[in-house]
Amino acid sequence: MSEAAKGTGKKVPKKFLYVNRKAPYGTIYALEALEVVLIGAAFDQDVSLAFLDDGVFQLANGQDTKGIGMKKFANTYRALGDYGVTKFYVEKESLQSRGLTLGDLQEITYEDENDDFKEKPSIILVSRAELSEVMAQQDVVLSF
Amino acid sequence: MKFSILVNEGPYTHQASDTALQFTRAVLAKGHEVMRVFFYHDGVNVGSRLTVPPQDDRNLQKSWSDLAEEHKLDLVVCIAAAQRRGILDEGEAKRHGKGEGAANLAPGFRISGLGQLIEMGIESDRLVVFGD
Amino acid sequence: MLHTVNKSPFQTTTLQSCLRHTRKGDAVLLIEDGVLGALKGTDASGDIWGRRVEVAFYVLGPDADARGITKERMIDGINVIDYEGFVDLVAQHKTSQAWL
Repeated sequence: MSEAAKGTGKKVPKKFLYVNRKAPYGTIYALEALEVVLIGAAFDQDVSLAFLDDGVFQLANGQDTKGIGMKKFANTYRALGDYGVTKFYVEKESLQSRGLTLGDLQEITYEDENDDFKEKPSIILVSRAELSEVMAQQDVVLSF
Repeated sequence: MKFSILVNEGPYTHQASDTALQFTRAVLAKGHEVMRVFFYHDGVNVGSRLTVPPQDDRNLQKSWSDLAEEHKLDLVVCIAAAQRRGILDEGEAKRHGKGEGAANLAPGFRISGLGQLIEMGIESDRLVVFGD
Repeated sequence: MLHTVNKSPFQTTTLQSCLRHTRKGDAVLLIEDGVLGALKGTDASGDIWGRRVEVAFYVLGPDADARGITKERMIDGINVIDYEGFVDLVAQHKTSQAWL
């Protein structure tokens, strides 16, 4: 915390990164990670999500869970923008090695309150090196 | 330094809660503070007082309860994860009509919300995650 | 940053993924089944060997002992530490990331 911030008694938000590396449904990690993100959104921290390895499948288009009797939670990612969670870092190499492109993922957007509420994409396509950089900048890294 | 620990797996199937226990002991031995230990996903099962491991095996629930008592640790079991998996305290058992004596939360543990996990991230100097 | 890996490199790509995201000055600690990645002369040891200049590697000794992995069988330059050493590593790095 900076000295100036201490003086005002106001805490500087911490940078939180939620790392998603697992596919949805086979295990509960993706769903329960999302529940943490939703609760965490109320705490006014600087939140980012990372999707790499099989985690990119959490954002895949065309999920239909009727046949497995489980709740589909993919739509919830699209609602996160309303809670101020607007940075979804998706790793290019992870998509490529799984035969996916950005077009295979859901469109996720947010309204930028600092820019006349313009609708902007939440997904930020990054290289592995760029994602490593994002990881290195964090204060708290949560993985499940 | 202020440490917090997140445990994402239950006892016995995965080593995570064992490693977390040894790590927490080491944190305390080194004179650091443990702000909180948060149990999430199947990790909530560590907080069941109904486990009966064989006598020649370690008792993870008891080890955590004892450590909590000795060092006044705050062991928090996530309420949403716990409800899914049948870990209840007196209040929750009553609220969900599970009958008298259904509460199974072990001594030294308390049930609370995910906000407690976020708070760990905000207020601790270090947050360490154990899982699978 | 401190990275922890608890998976065998013969079972999952977790160690590989972790190593590809390490940066100069990072530390990687192998714990639980992750200690299998410390063995030298395996199909997987080249990955750690290739990062040894920029990244410091550690093995949680009690986990290696439990699996019968002695220091002599580990890739040269890997440091063996105990749980208190683990705590020190966490304290020395601003953040730690568990590759689960």
